[in-house]
Amino acid sequence: MSAPTTPGTQTSTAPAPRPPEVQRVRGSRRHEIERRSLRILRWVVIIGLLIVTLLPFYYMVLLSLRPIEALLRNPSSLIIPPAEFTLSSYQQVLASTAAGGQGFGRFIANSALVAVSAVIISLIVAVPGAYAIARLPFFGHRQVNALFLAAYLFPAIVMAIPLFVLFTRVGLRGSLVGLILVYIAQTVPVAIYMLRNYLDTVPVAVEEAGLVDGLTRIGVLRRISLPLVMPSIMATGLFIFMIAWNEFLFALLFLVERRESWTVSLGLSQLSGSAEIPTTVLMAGSVVLTLPILILFFSTERLLTGGLTAGAEKG
Amino acid sequence: MSALPLRPPRRRTLSQRDARTGIALMSPTLIIVLAVVVVPLLWSILIAFQQLKLLEIGTANPFRSLTLANFERVFASGGLWVSLGTTLVYTAGSVLLSIGIGLLAAMAVRRPFRGRNFVRAAFLLPYVAPVVAVTFVWRTMLNPQFGIVNEVGQSTFGWADPIPFLSEAQRTVEFLGAQFPIPTALLTAIAFEGWRYFPFAFLFLMARLEALSAESEEAALVDGASPLQTFRYIILPQLMPVIALLAVLRTIWTFNEFDDIFLLTGGAAGTGVASVRVYEFLTVQRNVGAAAAQSLVLAVVLVLMLAVYLFLMRRRGERL
Repeated sequence: MSAPTTPGTQTSTAPAPRPPEVQRVRGSRRHEIERRSLRILRWVVIIGLLIVTLLPFYYMVLLSLRPIEALLRNPSSLIIPPAEFTLSSYQQVLASTAAGGQGFGRFIANSALVAVSAVIISLIVAVPGAYAIARLPFFGHRQVNALFLAAYLFPAIVMAIPLFVLFTRVGLRGSLVGLILVYIAQTVPVAIYMLRNYLDTVPVAVEEAGLVDGLTRIGVLRRISLPLVMPSIMATGLFIFMIAWNEFLFALLFLVERRESWTVSLGLSQLSGSAEIPTTVLMAGSVVLTLPILILFFSTERLLTGGLTAGAEKG
Repeated sequence: MSALPLRPPRRRTLSQRDARTGIALMSPTLIIVLAVVVVPLLWSILIAFQQLKLLEIGTANPFRSLTLANFERVFASGGLWVSLGTTLVYTAGSVLLSIGIGLLAAMAVRRPFRGRNFVRAAFLLPYVAPVVAVTFVWRTMLNPQFGIVNEVGQSTFGWADPIPFLSEAQRTVEFLGAQFPIPTALLTAIAFEGWRYFPFAFLFLMARLEALSAESEEAALVDGASPLQTFRYIILPQLMPVIALLAVLRTIWTFNEFDDIFLLTGGAAGTGVASVRVYEFLTVQRNVGAAAAQSLVLAVVLVLMLAVYLFLMRRRGERL
């Protein structure tokens, strides 16, 4: 499996000793063997990784559509016989607890509220900030930049203790508002980083033309730069949505005692510890948790990945 | 544009006005980051030196007397070094595995083929999907009673007993007549990390590969370099800066990873990494001061690793 990347099979002859007859060397036995085995290995890698990445998701959907009795009877089946197909797991997981379900409907509403609020507020705050960092030479420019990088890199578990204490004191722990606030602080640095990369692609000359024509800086930002990077702002918003929707640690610390405020992630993690709820029902919950993210991601994949790795092309 | 009353009105230069606008546009972001990141971080240092129980956090005076008791507690039990060791193995294994698989994947899909977009998208799935959902699926698949992995292992590969991948601390494996102890649950967690984060490396490496110029590779081909030689001497050196960046980022994040381990094993069976210990100090022992002290130790190790990295970069004469 490792041949295309590990240099272990190398001979020690450094950058090729410039043989005179190119034609002969190209057709040499060693090259032909390498080329052939690499061609095969490449497909082995692709197919192997496809199985490894797709199988868990297929298994998730599969289990959510089979009754629990069928799973226990035949655990290794990878197909659903038509007779076994059922949507009852979904009914059960989505129905409210009063109706005998697991209340994921409520969790979805909570997650959506938290994630959408975080997206809107983060963007309102981050767009001007990113513009300032990308274009305006204000005092302390570099320090602010470094601060955001540090805030982006600093791990959640270190932030968790003081925020837990702080939010308990001001009475925001246990409320979705507190969670939204934390998510904003967690996503603004990433958003600024992504938006700055996008804003850098707007030619300065276009903005200067606007300034010459009598627009203020704010006017330039609002009428020229923003419309040009609108799709990228949407992509950044979706990325923030994904972070907020997927987040687990702060939801656990802030909301665990209040079931009516649980997000989908928290709900699934709390309920999956209980022995009474069938695995198939929880798998339906996993699908409910995963599906919105996958739909959002793959509808904007190009934009998102471009923004995230924008620094990498430069080496 | 407003002028001071005593001076004759004058127009500021564009860059002066820009600097003002810059600060104005920046300030909301700055305030949020200061209030919810920087201030809590400083406060966390204070808490680490105070006796603070979970029950008291609503009422305690934030400036109560300072003590070193928390650090004595964190260091004394011996659990610290065990957990830091586990964290180190876990981090090194995960970072190597995820970057290795990511490089393999990026090289494999480098040249166009039918269905390349689909393969690319599929490779990104583990990274994008919610961590709670994917850990739950892994736990179900590895379940000793009805998990598909053990089922297939027993029926197809002839395993005598199901392997409790996530709840067994150690098992002895016989290989070439010798017996090796291997940490089952820790290795499973590392495999999970490799699976979940290889797309991150894959994305960055693909972006870099696409930006490489074809000329040097063509020149190598003309000079008679074999495909593996081209990779080793032409492509890999150009990828090295990205790989270094990936290694640093993944090390920082994995070293402090909480969600994955907590959701997979709960920190049991020899997977008690340092971040899980922070959580246990907070919720099980209900000792906020000790939790803060433990997280401070983590932060210090992190800053040290960053410093070493910066030092190495500086010595190689590179700019960050």
